[in-house]
Amino acid sequence: MPLPATTGLGFKPQHFQDIRATRPDLGFFEVHAENYLGAGGAPHAMLTALRQDYAISIHGVGLSIGGPQIDLAHLSRIKALCDRYDPDSFSEHLAWSSHGTEYLNDLLPLPYTPETLDRVCDHVDRVQEVLGRRLLLENPSTYVIFAQSEIPETDFLAQIARRTGCGLLLDVNNVFVSCVNHRSDPLAWLDAFPLDLVGEIHLGGHDQEDLPSGPLLIDAHGAEVAEPVWALYAEVLDRAGALPTLVEWDNDVPEWHVLLAEAQRAATLLADARQHAAAQ
Amino acid sequence: MQQHSDSPADFTPAFRAALAGGDLPDFVTARVPDEAAIRFAVYRNNVAHSLREALARRYPVIRRLVGAEFFAAMAGEFVAAHPPATPVLQEWGDAFAGFLAGFPPVATLPYLGDVARIEWARGLSYHAADAMPMPPRRLTETAPLRLHPSLQLLRLTHPAFDIWQANQPGRDGKLRGTGPRNVLIWRRPDFEVEAMAIADPDADFLQGLMQGQPIAQAAGSTNPVPILTLLLRHGLICDKETRS
Repeated sequence: MPLPATTGLGFKPQHFQDIRATRPDLGFFEVHAENYLGAGGAPHAMLTALRQDYAISIHGVGLSIGGPQIDLAHLSRIKALCDRYDPDSFSEHLAWSSHGTEYLNDLLPLPYTPETLDRVCDHVDRVQEVLGRRLLLENPSTYVIFAQSEIPETDFLAQIARRTGCGLLLDVNNVFVSCVNHRSDPLAWLDAFPLDLVGEIHLGGHDQEDLPSGPLLIDAHGAEVAEPVWALYAEVLDRAGALPTLVEWDNDVPEWHVLLAEAQRAATLLADARQHAAAQ
Repeated sequence: MQQHSDSPADFTPAFRAALAGGDLPDFVTARVPDEAAIRFAVYRNNVAHSLREALARRYPVIRRLVGAEFFAAMAGEFVAAHPPATPVLQEWGDAFAGFLAGFPPVATLPYLGDVARIEWARGLSYHAADAMPMPPRRLTETAPLRLHPSLQLLRLTHPAFDIWQANQPGRDGKLRGTGPRNVLIWRRPDFEVEAMAIADPDADFLQGLMQGQPIAQAAGSTNPVPILTLLLRHGLICDKETRS
């Protein structure tokens, strides 16, 4: 079952008691797969309890789909996790994070070439085959450009989705961060992006540094969603209608009510989008 | 793990080398090419910073004992020597105790390795498999006990438990005497991880139980009641390993 077209929040263990006590009106919670690969204990007890009340999205950060090899040993553990919780969505990133046996713990960029496109498609095929479920692949935030890139990012993602049958996870903050960093127009990026293949939206906060040529935005997930990202999100909803929307806040995690307020802001925009669609 | 690709088109070896401080590959650029290096530094910082932070979360007492700044520098050395081999970061860092023992700048703090062993074991307990407690009425003196997977016994050289305890949040770090050097670590049914120091005879008894000896044999001349009471009270004697 796909995620409901409502708001979700990234689950943090420190919010568990608040969530159990208040049963907030949210469509889903999302967890990072890598935090739930232990044998037992509190993480599984909490996820099991959440699963009873909410739709669940499992979001992987470690398969290294954009690198030379995906980590097959890790993939088999992800499969066991998905088999155990039967999440409503599983998603991963267009990025690489492992080099040989070494895990680098960051979502690193790749050049967009016919060769890397073939490789990523092979990896997505493999992931979907092993998991027995459709993957949503997330657009990255990037800070540099590869000289050898010859395919626009939007085409690259669209071709992966068409060739593998995977869906796309549209991270609106990542679109904004990358476009500002590479001095391009986020609306033009959206124009070229296949919104009909989007199964989930991510919103998150970013940091800003100032370089001689202008701002350098960093996808830090440690603050409120920025105003221009909310505006871009409203634009996405205007074009695509209501979509499952997650607010991510992974660093300097705030108190529950702060996070919930972010989700409520997204819920208001989603309600507007539904109303707008109904009026047409 | 898979073999590394030898494809000449593989961009990752040069990118990886630059993350470790090597020259920026000529294919990494930016709209203003002069800014490629400062932009690439975001990746370099993300990798270094996130792994240092992951180690600090696992070893908060070591960090407190050596100070945040020293810890960050030492963590950088550790990451270079023992990078994670898995995306599951809770499984990374068990080499830290051994690393501390061989790291010359902390040679004057020989107890750090034992403190690190306590912190590592607590993480193992937190994530250990679940198991159903056995009702006390079924306890027998003659059959081996199945102990909870979270239960661990550390037999240390230094009074690391007292040091660890004195450096918990809200404590002043002052050592007020030292007790036994055996540390028992377990997870309570409410998932809190506990640690306590136990005397040598109790540790010998428990070690016997953990090796599969029945109560009577493991106890010898030791009074088994205090340890058995603790094990029963915290649900650490189990029927079988199973998800609860």
